[in-house]
Amino acid sequence: MLQAIEIQKIIQANLNCNFIKVNGDDGTHFDAVIVSDVFNGQSMIKQHQRVYLALGNMMQSEIHALSIKTYTPDEWSQMNNI
Amino acid sequence: MATNAKIKKLIDDNEVLLFMKGNPTFPQCGFSSVACQALGSIDTSFETVDVLQDAEIREGIKIYSNWPTIPQLYIRGEFIGGADIIRELYESGELAKIISKE
Repeated sequence: MLQAIEIQKIIQANLNCNFIKVNGDDGTHFDAVIVSDVFNGQSMIKQHQRVYLALGNMMQSEIHALSIKTYTPDEWSQMNNI
Repeated sequence: MATNAKIKKLIDDNEVLLFMKGNPTFPQCGFSSVACQALGSIDTSFETVDVLQDAEIREGIKIYSNWPTIPQLYIRGEFIGGADIIRELYESGELAKIISKE
């Protein structure tokens, strides 16, 4: 069964993340929160496309449902009141 | 190429178009359901394409948009995003603005 941590590691290996957390324990449905400098100045579409790119063909095969939330470091620190 | 042309025509012909699994009455996937609910809550008409009825479009739209998942929303020819983006835009009120050209 596919584990959330495996997805997290693959994204991490292919995308420079300031923060990442992938949740999901049924092997099918996952959700990811990703913070990266790479997202600065990018549209939401471009940010999500970057995550899909990091996952390669996993989106066409193993991963059936992945919900994605992307943040720039600034957005993330504002949201968390850092 | 025929598939691309078919997809382009659908997008050109419909101002607000959602590629989804199933239809608004019977969505066949949670993400498609969320997208329909968001659009349904806005004062707009929208058309849907059920990709489960057409394998060519189901695969073709992923390449066309460079986006690996369904649903996908197009507004006046522009790709808006998938379920997560539709939901975020809906919750922030942006989706209604995009649709009404504000």
